[in-house]
Amino acid sequence: MRATLAAILFLASAAAVAADAGEIKVVNGSAYLERAGERLQLKAGMPVREADVVVTGANGTVGITFADNSLLSIGPNSNFTIERFVFNSTTHAGQFDSRLNKGTLAGVSGKIVKQSPEAMRVHTPSAIMGVRGTEFAVQVGDKH
Amino acid sequence: MAVLAVAALVALALLTARPVETFVVLPSADGHIGTVVVQRGENRQVLSQPYAASLFGEAQVAHLSPTQVESTYGATLHALPSRPASFLLYFTTGTDELTEDSKPELERMLAAMRARPQADVIVIGHTDTVGEALANDELSAQRAERVKGFLIGIGIAGERIRTAGRGERELLVPTADEVDEPKNRRVEINVR
Repeated sequence: MRATLAAILFLASAAAVAADAGEIKVVNGSAYLERAGERLQLKAGMPVREADVVVTGANGTVGITFADNSLLSIGPNSNFTIERFVFNSTTHAGQFDSRLNKGTLAGVSGKIVKQSPEAMRVHTPSAIMGVRGTEFAVQVGDKH
Repeated sequence: MAVLAVAALVALALLTARPVETFVVLPSADGHIGTVVVQRGENRQVLSQPYAASLFGEAQVAHLSPTQVESTYGATLHALPSRPASFLLYFTTGTDELTEDSKPELERMLAAMRARPQADVIVIGHTDTVGEALANDELSAQRAERVKGFLIGIGIAGERIRTAGRGERELLVPTADEVDEPKNRRVEINVR
């Protein structure tokens, strides 16, 4: 009984420290992060969290590695939001929702999708993509 | 008359800004093809072939050429971070001594770290199936913590290392429950 309780407490604390969704690995050109109304200059090594918005300029690109080994890159003239990122590193259960409002996005799925297909979703203004595995790209814009 | 109607439609299409919302499946670096499912209102498309694409306003699955993908997504794809690399380390039972076989693996892991500009490391402990599943979760996490200490000892910054314990969920060698299997008592290192 004591061992079980210890294990439960241990699991609870393991889940509690997983606050960062991922880390910026690549930054080219002009790109910034909007967090709680503030505008932060992006640089490699910076952690990202739920509700962060990545905004890139005409020559800006950004690459992010997430806690579950998912990879995403955001292309020029883009606006991208991490809406929800939950990942349990013991069970690999999780949910990853992001939104591309504008621009281009490329991605490689990670451990969340391996455990639960379609638990990684990319939202656009009129559609939702569920990822069952591996690599994809998305574009949102206007064609005249 | 029909010609006029077509001409009017073409003119209308040229004048109206049409939203672009494209989803495309790409072949992965190892040649594996994945699947995505695109839901647009009531319409659901399953894309499971390389370069299969879902386009705004089109019920049929489209196919893009590699050239089209390169021209639209080239800069974006170029910004993808390095693929995470995985390494397996084994320690002599009850010690912090790497087995002889694991020493070159450690060297390969360190080379992968040097090759990445902002490398971080996840140390993942795994157990065999001996003992309770919950106890193995804890044991695997403790093993990962000890290896984190070992990596700090050889000069890797502690704040670049995170740990996880997978318990007996991911057996390298599949066994029944309660089987003592040294190959399953391992530590996996993801370099990212």
